[in-house]
Amino acid sequence: MTDAAEMTHEEREATLGGIGCARKRKEDIRFIQGKGNFTDDIKLPDMVFGDFVRSAYAHAMIKSINSEAALKIPGVLAVLTADDLRPLNLHWMPTLAGDTQAVLADEKVHFQNQEIAFVIGIDRYAVSDGVQAVEVDYEELPVLVDPKKALDADAPFLRTDIEGKDDAGQGPRTHPNHIFNWQAGDKDATDRVFDSADITVKEEIYHPRVHPCPLETVGCVADMNPVSGQLTFYGTFQAPHVVRTIVSMIAGLPEHKIRVIAPDIGGGFGNKVGAYPGYVCSIVGSIVLKRPVKWVESRIDNLSTTAFARDYHMTGELAATKDGKILAMRANVLADHGAFNAHAQPTKWPAGLFSICTGSYDFPTAFVNVDGVFTNKAPGGVSYRCSFRVTEAVYLIERMVDVLAQKLDIDPAELRMKNLIQPEQFPYTSALDWEYDSGNYPAALEKAMRSVKYDELRKEQAEKRANGELMGIGVSFFTEICGAGPAKACDILGIAMFESCEIRIHPTGSVTARLGTKSQGQAHETTYAQILATELGIPSDDITIEEGDTDTAPYGLGTYGSRSTPVGGAAAAIAARKIRAKAQKIAAHMLEVSEDDLEWDIDGFQVKGLPEKRAAMKEIAFAAYGTNLPEGMERGLESVDYYDPPNFTYPFGAYICVVDIDKETGQVKVRSFYALDDCGTRINPMVIEGQIHGGLTEAFAVAMGQIIDFDEDGNILGATLMDYFLPTAVETPTYVTDFTVTPSPHHPIGAKGVGESPHVGGVPAFSNAVTNAFAHLGVSHMPMPHTADSIWKKCKELGLTG
Amino acid sequence: MSKIQVKMTVNGAEVEELVEPRTLLIHFLRETLNLTGPHIGCETSHCGACSVDIDGASVKACTIFAVQASGSDILTVEGMNNEDGSLGVIQEAFMEAHGLQCGFCTPGMIVRTHRLLRENANPSEQEIRHGIAGNLCRCTGYQNIVKAIQLAASRLSGQREAAE
Repeated sequence: MTDAAEMTHEEREATLGGIGCARKRKEDIRFIQGKGNFTDDIKLPDMVFGDFVRSAYAHAMIKSINSEAALKIPGVLAVLTADDLRPLNLHWMPTLAGDTQAVLADEKVHFQNQEIAFVIGIDRYAVSDGVQAVEVDYEELPVLVDPKKALDADAPFLRTDIEGKDDAGQGPRTHPNHIFNWQAGDKDATDRVFDSADITVKEEIYHPRVHPCPLETVGCVADMNPVSGQLTFYGTFQAPHVVRTIVSMIAGLPEHKIRVIAPDIGGGFGNKVGAYPGYVCSIVGSIVLKRPVKWVESRIDNLSTTAFARDYHMTGELAATKDGKILAMRANVLADHGAFNAHAQPTKWPAGLFSICTGSYDFPTAFVNVDGVFTNKAPGGVSYRCSFRVTEAVYLIERMVDVLAQKLDIDPAELRMKNLIQPEQFPYTSALDWEYDSGNYPAALEKAMRSVKYDELRKEQAEKRANGELMGIGVSFFTEICGAGPAKACDILGIAMFESCEIRIHPTGSVTARLGTKSQGQAHETTYAQILATELGIPSDDITIEEGDTDTAPYGLGTYGSRSTPVGGAAAAIAARKIRAKAQKIAAHMLEVSEDDLEWDIDGFQVKGLPEKRAAMKEIAFAAYGTNLPEGMERGLESVDYYDPPNFTYPFGAYICVVDIDKETGQVKVRSFYALDDCGTRINPMVIEGQIHGGLTEAFAVAMGQIIDFDEDGNILGATLMDYFLPTAVETPTYVTDFTVTPSPHHPIGAKGVGESPHVGGVPAFSNAVTNAFAHLGVSHMPMPHTADSIWKKCKELGLTG
Repeated sequence: MSKIQVKMTVNGAEVEELVEPRTLLIHFLRETLNLTGPHIGCETSHCGACSVDIDGASVKACTIFAVQASGSDILTVEGMNNEDGSLGVIQEAFMEAHGLQCGFCTPGMIVRTHRLLRENANPSEQEIRHGIAGNLCRCTGYQNIVKAIQLAASRLSGQREAAE
């Protein structure tokens, strides 16, 4: 029935542009011409602007707020304070973690730069004048900066608003500054192993407070139509549907009257998952003024108040035999959550998926204890380019394995090889009860070591050490956990973390597909189309992917934690298979054979044994709307799938980083970085490689320079790009990427996700390389970030400087 | 606030507007002229998302006032297409070499590349890396941006040779 038979099998496959091909990105065409549509590009008739008056102090009572002078400034239209929001019950809002967070400071400020008043005016300049003119009178309170002092009897008491509450949303509290305690594993069994082990090691390992710092800051435009009562809410939302539900819950607006639109997003990295006071104030402003209100953060606002990441004070311990077999792990964590418990994890997981911290190693026993505390710092605790708390977990185990290697005087790669989970052990249940889906770890590490000529590197290092030079080789073997998540384990505010895809095939055989995820640079328009091309037999050029409009896309939980391919990609594949099942019936009718006589072949169905007798998907699409359908079949070719993943996915990889350190300046030169990733089935190798370059660079930034630090008064030190380290092209290393492919057995196309693996594996690889340069001098751990200054000080302390 | 008249050429077109003296060039371009290609990523001239070309030099439009740019000739990413509207060499190279992901830094990167390759038609990798050090990217790790610039450089050299 078609001339497709004249094309070779390979030509037909190539025409599809499906899974596995390095096709160019569909989204590029607008960005390279400056025609992207980011939140700050949105311009609506009568739109006005809003910005915050922010706290000068980290902890203080607000005695008074005087807006009189501000309101006299030409162009200033309104100044909102907590008192204005109180009658609407919007001065506080619920967080994703079961706590409440002040929208505008209610009598008391809890961190520097906290939102106190929202000034609305006709343009940014009038608003800026207004913000300057608002007078706030404070009475300073003692400040709590060090989380290790949070639970002291005489610690300043932060959250008077929840005084006497035994539970701040995540279990029993033991102190007014305590948020939760969370444990995993068998404490007694672990203690017993430690008591009788040949060797134990222990190290204090802090993962500093860092910030995802996407190049585009957070912002929104709220447009309440006073006639229809419809709120259109544009913004930098990684999870648009979740924002709609939260807005409905917080503002009491019916959900069908809220349309959330996430236009192009300039990077997210976890920063754009949660809800922020700017969202609430813009919506209230639009309701009050009956005009659209735009709020866009400055960089200082972003770095100082919008959700940070990490801030985990960890103590790691390993128990092992003399010859290096790991027997057990203990981890104790103090989590600094800032002033409100507003981290973004699945609701049941106050420490996220931290219990993945047993890593890629086969040992039966572990115990993890995590306590969360309040301090006078901005709230947050989001996952900066990783699944929930996974970078912290992998940094801990990968550092600890190096610490153990040093103690045992065994090569770090050899020690890892000795302890890796073996391919025949999959599916593997970890000591803390995760079921790893698939992997061939030894093959990956062997390939990595061969590729970098590991033995030669160690030989060179020995020579350099003999000459007094500092060369470090950092090895990391990581297991990520992606694709949150199975409904039985994961929800946000009670909504299961499924993902969805709706597909419409039009009569002429082109496709519109909509998903509940939202790309922020991950190329969903390209890669989802590739999945559908292969599954539907329709060229990806003929498939449009739409995301980010809650009026059109089916409900989804959004894009973070590397969940788009594992969950959204699975929904796309299953939705496509539903279409194919119907298409098969239509094809059988067209070809006048039984359904069972047909087989799928690239872009259509053919009669088994008679490949020239076939119906292409494009022909089937037309027939689906035509006059001759099988008896009783309804017209159209559409489907929707809400996918509940049966398990998480577990990408893994082996990274080897080589550094040379100048002991006179403390400068670290990354000589080479080899990254082998196994993300299961590879959808677009070009996009994967790009994601790995980017994730490694963010890991480089975290390991080498990023920290959000505070002085003893709670003043944030360095909330501009002058101080907060974003690597330029000059210091960013060049990477060599490689791969193995171990498909996920439970994912419809075997894909596992890749965007965050390089960050998760990269941080310990860089950090291990730096510490390894000093390992022969008895140094077991060096705190991040590894700035030239801190390394130079270490060199001086060790007497290495001239 | 009293307004001042500014007059300049933007992407080849004459522009004449009244602005407040304190209006930053980036806001003038984005809000008044609706040229939303150049972006705002910081307020300290570090990120380069706002980069434009003024009288043959790369300039961060967040750090000068519109009045300071009066009388000048400005090029933004919107002026990077060929005259017939087709994609320019640098734009194509960024797409081919996968030199962008979220696309937020891209307009600044492309305009900076345009100037860099006029300053140095055949830059080494180190010269490229130093040449774009004023433009930050959070997604790509720069490796493919460097490749895109190398690709653009070789194609532009090829074009020049063909023209000679």
